[in-house]
Amino acid sequence: MDFELLIGIFPQVLLDGLILGFMYALIALGYTMVYGVLEFINFAHSEIFIVGAFVGVEILLGLKAAGLLETLPWILVLLLILVAGMAVSGGLAVLVERVAYRPLRRAPRLIPLISAIGVSFFLQDLIRLVESIWRNAFNLVYPSMETLNRRFELTSTIDVSVKSLVVITAALIMLWALHVLVNRTKIGTAIRAVAEDQAAASLMGINVNRIISLTFLIGGAMGGAAGVLFGVQYSLINPYTGFIPGLKAFTAAVLGGIGNIPGAMMGGLVLGLLEAFAASYLSLLTGGAFGAEYKDIFAFSILILILIFRPKGLLGEIVRERA
Amino acid sequence: MRHSRLHHLSIWVTALAVVALATPGADAQSKGTIKIATQSPLSGGQASLGEGIKLGAQLAVEKGKASLEKMGYKVELVPYDDQAKPDVGVANAKNIIADKDIMAVIGHLNSGVAIPSSEVYKEVNVVMISPANTNPVVTDRGYPNVNRVCGRDDVQGVVGSEFANAQKVKSVYIIHDKTQYGQSIAEFFKADSEKKGVKVLGFEGTEEKSNFDPIITPIKAKNPDLIYFGGIYDQAAPFFKQAREKGIKAKFMGPDGMDSSDLTKIAGKAVVGMNYTSAAGPASALPKAKTFVEEFKKKFGKNPEPYAAESYDAAMIALKAIEEVAKSGKMSREDVSAAVRKEKLSGITGEIAFDGKGDRQKAQYFVLQVASDDPQKWGDNKIVKQLTIAAPEKK
Repeated sequence: MDFELLIGIFPQVLLDGLILGFMYALIALGYTMVYGVLEFINFAHSEIFIVGAFVGVEILLGLKAAGLLETLPWILVLLLILVAGMAVSGGLAVLVERVAYRPLRRAPRLIPLISAIGVSFFLQDLIRLVESIWRNAFNLVYPSMETLNRRFELTSTIDVSVKSLVVITAALIMLWALHVLVNRTKIGTAIRAVAEDQAAASLMGINVNRIISLTFLIGGAMGGAAGVLFGVQYSLINPYTGFIPGLKAFTAAVLGGIGNIPGAMMGGLVLGLLEAFAASYLSLLTGGAFGAEYKDIFAFSILILILIFRPKGLLGEIVRERA
Repeated sequence: MRHSRLHHLSIWVTALAVVALATPGADAQSKGTIKIATQSPLSGGQASLGEGIKLGAQLAVEKGKASLEKMGYKVELVPYDDQAKPDVGVANAKNIIADKDIMAVIGHLNSGVAIPSSEVYKEVNVVMISPANTNPVVTDRGYPNVNRVCGRDDVQGVVGSEFANAQKVKSVYIIHDKTQYGQSIAEFFKADSEKKGVKVLGFEGTEEKSNFDPIITPIKAKNPDLIYFGGIYDQAAPFFKQAREKGIKAKFMGPDGMDSSDLTKIAGKAVVGMNYTSAAGPASALPKAKTFVEEFKKKFGKNPEPYAAESYDAAMIALKAIEEVAKSGKMSREDVSAAVRKEKLSGITGEIAFDGKGDRQKAQYFVLQVASDDPQKWGDNKIVKQLTIAAPEKK
């Protein structure tokens, strides 16, 4: 066992895990916020997420075709695709709620869940259809931007690329903004009120439907931003790419205590770190007996253990007390 | 992806309509319909290769059906989309054996799909001629109806490791995709590398498609001379791209699963200069395939992807065998299977004859090098080594 190697790659694995974790955290917010207000799992959220990635790649490819990708400052391009991805994904989430969930609001809880799964399939194939007609392509690749790909080699095993810093910074800013929005503003108070008791909130003069739409808008926008960042970081997307990250983010939301916003952030980070460490270290530590392919088994076993001892998730109970 | 689901639907509707029109009694002169099925992924990440298999067979059927039509048969090609998934391939196979007009199957792209599907074909002894399945198990089961016109992975893996060894590679890190195809060729590569004294620093399987960071980090720390990816381009390309972006300087190598212009479309500069082995030569490099390439381009408006030429030859063999059986007067799937096994064809990929278990007697193996990061120039990839090796005897 090469001890030096194990220690040497530690910071790099930590960084990889953080990037993945922030991405899960951003996606998990969409699940947890919707659960908070409606108590149902929006399984279409993984497609809302990947739509953001597609919006980003379409704009980048458009800019590239127009020859603007190299001339515009990279930060402007990045902001543009982030805002566009957030707008489209947020809008789509609101639309999905209006069309597929609102008419079922009074139905038993399993019904909107099935509706959500249906929307998920529908969106997957809709993206596939649109992209195959529009670009005749299944896999789409984010065009690389030179500044974003620049790397700083700290040691022979550790290097930090500009884009990984960008991903982490962007995620931090968004998580902070959401925190402020939910806890320090009137809108946030209204969202929390609706989450706590819809009937009482509407008696206080809160327009419940509008707040629910707003929740979908915010959750969708976070998902869309995560989609753009996912594309920037990992570059290859296809219409089905969203499914697995979506599922893992949902797990992260449950891990943190579903319905709990700081919980979703924490759950995402924990899951991302577990996954990265398992993938990098399992084969080194077991001498190749267990390889990176066991990362999910390892990560999810730990999740099960946590949930056995804390069934409401890491931060689930705190919310209970406040409520 | 070159086909939307809507497009498939339209193919199906047309196919059904044709079947409806061709029912007995519609034409008194007709002796019936003979169908040749293709099975390959027409949708999803590997569609560009699967599409090539379909189009290659289509071209062969259009060119080769005249003499059968003179005998009074209608000849059709029916494409099936196996989506590169074993369960879909098997479901399609059940539909294929239920359609009594289908006399031969050209397919699949993926060994992991071909092996279970051919278990179904075997039930009724309908012949399968594979243009692309290189896993040894495909023919080693010794089924009378299973044949292939391409080479085998146990040979291909060794061709790869010999080439790497000649390049003075001292250490390798091996990644595979955990499929029957990818993992087994990676194991053949590994076994032969170890035999040659090359240090294998790691052997890792993954189904990951987008985020390779945690796999790349240990590779970077171990600093191998070469990274071998046993798998298919849609997974290998993002891996290679991310590995280069993370500053890995090792050479890249892979088997014939790398052989698609999509590799450069996704990975760009990262894969320029990398080598890959193939059990199917690029059509542009085959001396007899020149007219095929021209006709293909004219008809379909694009270059033939790898295996399109093999698929063309496979369909030609099927047609020839069906014709011989038709001359005897009684058409049966078993007779067609037996005739295919005995068939000899001077095809566009060279001389084709099958041995007792359905392997091509003398298969060709190539080592190629990626020439450019422009996907349009995939056909310019140079053959750096070419070998003709007989299929190994069954152990």
